[in-house]
Amino acid sequence: MKNKTAMDELGIERALARIAHEIIERNKGIAGIVILGIPTRGRLLAERLARKLGEIEGEAPPVGAVDATLYRDDLGMKKDQPPLKEMEIPMDIDGKTVVMVDDVLFTGRTIRAAMNALMDFGRPRAIQLAALVDRGHRELPIKADYVGKNIPTSLKEGVKVHLNETDGVNEVVVEAAPEQK
Amino acid sequence: MRLKRKDLLTIEDLARDEIELILSTAESFKEVSEREIKKVPTLRGRTIVNLFYEPSTRTRTSFEIAAKRMSADAVNISVSTSSVVKGETIRDTAKNLEAMRPDCIVVRHAAAGVPLMLARNLNCPVINAGDGAHEHPSQALLDMLTVKTALGRLEGARLAVVGDIMHSRVARSNIYGFTRMGAEVTVAGPPTMIPPGIERMGCRVTHDVDAAIKDADVIMMLRIQLERQKDAFFPTAREYSGLYGLDEARLKRAKKDVLILHPGPINRGVEISSGVADGPYSLILNQVTNGVAVRMALFYLLLGGAKEAA
Repeated sequence: MKNKTAMDELGIERALARIAHEIIERNKGIAGIVILGIPTRGRLLAERLARKLGEIEGEAPPVGAVDATLYRDDLGMKKDQPPLKEMEIPMDIDGKTVVMVDDVLFTGRTIRAAMNALMDFGRPRAIQLAALVDRGHRELPIKADYVGKNIPTSLKEGVKVHLNETDGVNEVVVEAAPEQK
Repeated sequence: MRLKRKDLLTIEDLARDEIELILSTAESFKEVSEREIKKVPTLRGRTIVNLFYEPSTRTRTSFEIAAKRMSADAVNISVSTSSVVKGETIRDTAKNLEAMRPDCIVVRHAAAGVPLMLARNLNCPVINAGDGAHEHPSQALLDMLTVKTALGRLEGARLAVVGDIMHSRVARSNIYGFTRMGAEVTVAGPPTMIPPGIERMGCRVTHDVDAAIKDADVIMMLRIQLERQKDAFFPTAREYSGLYGLDEARLKRAKKDVLILHPGPINRGVEISSGVADGPYSLILNQVTNGVAVRMALFYLLLGGAKEAA
């Protein structure tokens, strides 16, 4: 078994373009929308998504980042402390519709943590979730509003989103389960 | 990511990458204190004991606020209200505290080595909040964070530390810290207050304050510890101020945009004039703000994570 590419550059572009249209349709425009990415790659996707929204609507919505690290439920269980990423809420989010963006939706625990973090900053009118990939295996009652691609996986596989800014290439890769001895 | 150590006792022990990890983590924690809800749930259910055998407002409050902003429960014990006055030894006090299962003990004591002794005897992490004239690591870390934020770097920065080097744990921790990060450190003060052999720590020594501050990017003025002046290291506070104090006139001989630090509490008109302490180059209050972020980072890095498998 080897790694296989699940989305290429064009696939990612098209998925983001479709999500942008879905956000506009669902919210009847982008008034009151704030796009917040979950670092690192969710943040980069959030910026791309905001650009696409700007191309369609003429003006891009505010973009920021919401770091869920300090709100995680596994901090006391891992041996190492995860590094902190950036928290950048660009404006008062009271009454706004926040679209959170993550690269891969998996157990849903990161999203739960990110929502708790957001609540410490204000009371959004609504929180919506966009994920480039939904790989299944939810452990919490959480569902994405916008999905780039559903990729059914086994728990042993890994799903990696590579983006130009961090990895020099735009692609989604499903990593094979490690060989059993 | 985690500090590969149970305790934070000295800067001397810390490798450069450990200091960098603490500073970058602290940088992230600054944001929490800017929020309307200044609290994250990260250390919910953890207990932090502040055991202070010496008076302190800033440091103790800073550790307490840091603990509370991480959602830990902070308990403060100061000597005047503790069983120490009944003759209990430090080790017994600490063992009794440990029996109540705290997750971290922050200790300040007038005797160098007390935090180390506690660290060897206790299973929970111990943070040195100042031990005698030995070290005050969290102060040096917040000083480094303050300088790094203001200058954008520590490597190659020129730091002048002026005042009572002999009794200053702040000076020792900062000499270790700044030199390890690639900064150049010069210490200056009266000959009676510069311990012989201090240059072995990697700093330059002078008794001429003007020479020390001439090319400095950062001037750190130390508090004259008037309570430790029973042995008369200088004739009068007025003479000290004239020879070694930093006022507007002396500041003119330093670089135009030099940064001023002071660990506090300041003796206005002795080691630093009010005009300088409150002036545009003073980062004294930034230091205090950064202190909370540094201590949050220390709690995060030392307390988080699973217990090491035995």
